[in-house]
Amino acid sequence: MNGAAAVLKALERQGVTTVFGHPGGAIMPIYDALYDSPIQHVLVRHEQAGAHAADAYYRASGRVGVCFATSGPGATNLVTGLATAYMDSSAVVAVTGNVPLSLIGTDAFQEADVTGVTLPVTKHNYLVKDVRDLPRILAEAFHIARSGRPGPVLVDVPKDIQQAAFEGDFDVEIDLPGYRPTVVGNARQIRRAAEAIEAAERPVLMVGGGAQVAADEIEAFTRLTGIPVITTLMGIGAYPGGAPQSLGMPGMHGTVTANRAISHCDLIVGAGLRFDDRVTGKLSRFAPNATIVHIDIDPAEISKLVKAHVPVVGDLRDVLPRLTELLGPLELGDWWKQLDAWKASYPERYKTDKPLVSQEVIALLAKETGGDCIVTTEVGQHQMFAARLFPTNRPRTWISSGGLGTMGFGLPAAIGAAFARPGETVVCVAGDGSIQMNIQELATVYKHQLPIVIAITNNGMLGMVRQWQEMFHAQRYSEVYLADSNPDFAKLAEAYGIDGYNVFDRETAAKLVPEVLGRKKPALINFVVYESEKVFPMVPAGAGVDEMIIGDQEADEAEGVPA
Amino acid sequence: MSVTVRDQPGVLVRIAALFARRAYNIESLSVAQTHEPGLSRTTFVVSGEDAHIEQMQKQLQKLIDVIKVIDHSEGPYVDRELMLIKVAVRNPDDRVEMRQIAQDFRARIIDVARDALVFEVTGDEAKTDAFIQQMRTFGVLDLIRTGRVALPRTASRHAANGGTATGGGAGTDDRPATRSRAA
Repeated sequence: MNGAAAVLKALERQGVTTVFGHPGGAIMPIYDALYDSPIQHVLVRHEQAGAHAADAYYRASGRVGVCFATSGPGATNLVTGLATAYMDSSAVVAVTGNVPLSLIGTDAFQEADVTGVTLPVTKHNYLVKDVRDLPRILAEAFHIARSGRPGPVLVDVPKDIQQAAFEGDFDVEIDLPGYRPTVVGNARQIRRAAEAIEAAERPVLMVGGGAQVAADEIEAFTRLTGIPVITTLMGIGAYPGGAPQSLGMPGMHGTVTANRAISHCDLIVGAGLRFDDRVTGKLSRFAPNATIVHIDIDPAEISKLVKAHVPVVGDLRDVLPRLTELLGPLELGDWWKQLDAWKASYPERYKTDKPLVSQEVIALLAKETGGDCIVTTEVGQHQMFAARLFPTNRPRTWISSGGLGTMGFGLPAAIGAAFARPGETVVCVAGDGSIQMNIQELATVYKHQLPIVIAITNNGMLGMVRQWQEMFHAQRYSEVYLADSNPDFAKLAEAYGIDGYNVFDRETAAKLVPEVLGRKKPALINFVVYESEKVFPMVPAGAGVDEMIIGDQEADEAEGVPA
Repeated sequence: MSVTVRDQPGVLVRIAALFARRAYNIESLSVAQTHEPGLSRTTFVVSGEDAHIEQMQKQLQKLIDVIKVIDHSEGPYVDRELMLIKVAVRNPDDRVEMRQIAQDFRARIIDVARDALVFEVTGDEAKTDAFIQQMRTFGVLDLIRTGRVALPRTASRHAANGGTATGGGAGTDDRPATRSRAA
């Protein structure tokens, strides 16, 4: 056995069945060993897509996603994918080839300092210098990636290490004296959290991406207490978007109800979230009257931005049941009356006086799937519309680049999700700008005949940038116009062997969407929509959540909206 | 602040990159091996508000190769720095006067040349600063300082501060927000 075979053997022992990657010179021994391995390799057409697919594979399944790339350009192409996974706490192990040890540091062909380049965007990384270390390093890489706050780990394997003879043992002890994540919450802190919740009159639970592992525990907690639930972009699906206790998404493009609730509540239980600036808006105006109970597995997130009055460090699967045990049903009658009034006054609404608008396309997809599918998104207006109109009902079914906001994420993410959960329909909600950032992956979709429906809401614009230019840059539309040079998306899909459709009106949309979804095979639908639609409500950057612009969501004055 | 780390390639880069990435300004940094094989200790001086320092401590603790982080200002500690300073000797009288000052500061002369003396000064920062001040009149030709190194004074604080990330969340339980910081 050589080092390359040892790498694959170590992956097998971690339960890896699927790897996303692209070969090249410095990783050829590993690809040679792959030839004899039971591991399925999915050949992506760009390494970035491999990293995104591995990331989404984890998000959809909870199993560590794995990607391969060669040295130099292959590895640097992974960087955006690793940064995306890092920001959204996704467990990915990237294995890269590198030039032989003797050439490292000589500016050899396709050499890059990959551990250096990826240092700030990985939870940890390794350069393997001795073939005997491979089993330990890979075991550590998987352990670090999936435990505590998950994150990406990169293992850089020089070519001569891959080729070296390996006679080691795979039953290795991991040796990480500096890495012991806190899983079990402090009993006194949990008691203090329970007391604070009981004392509150207007509490809300805010769940983030960390809650995707704890949907059952959240369900039990919310069912018992009757607490209203706000779901951040990363938390969608951890609590059902359609449930009566759901107030929807907070923050920059959150619902009026969620943002009003934040401004008026007297307690927030933040569970598995990091109070990102897109959620909080201006910090000094965020939840000014609220006691903050912050439960997170990463101690560094506690009081990083929003000061926690009751911090609890631990795994939600440990902390929430223990917290639930200390609580009973809360008396929230008046609070709910207020919240329900806001909900009634500010339902999701949009104007349909145009032939077709993005929102109705996304609402149609939501209606036809019942939210019972996996949704991946690209980044931009369509992403915000989807978060509001197409939130899924089950954990690990909403897959979107939140922290890094990576255009080009959605299509490769759909591929990763399709491999993670075979048999489920995946809807990739995209914009005409974002989809072109990893459009080459149509080949991967075609090759594996994945049940992915790509829905492009095509306004011929970089819509979110256009919206900001309209609102904050005096309508100086700088470099956002795409329509004059966009491809014919239906023809493009057909060129890859995928069913492609261009849709211009709501009648065709209503007829086509259920038909295409029913086929469970790859399809691309290009919905040509009104170009100047804006996402509302909107909290302008730097403003408080209480200063949101309500826009299209504005209720009729006659309805007597509580302030 | 002292950080005990595993002797791994690149560990100093990880710490330095963290400082750069999170925009922490450090005034001095020193690093060397400890009495325990495989472990090194980094001591650095940083100033900032409590919340800022606490965040820095937590971020350092997240590094996989970091074993232990001690914020010395949380309790009694001793600190020293070492300075080597080369001073010009322009006339024989200077030499006498410089020797006298060195004696007062318990500085040692470690090299004697015709036109220069090299002193070794150990002490806290105030002392080294004062020594430099004294020598300026003669002409400081060159100097190097190690930056401060520090140890907690009591034996118990080693255990108490060992890896706050591991103590069942104890590390983040309402710690006093008003600690005075020598650093």
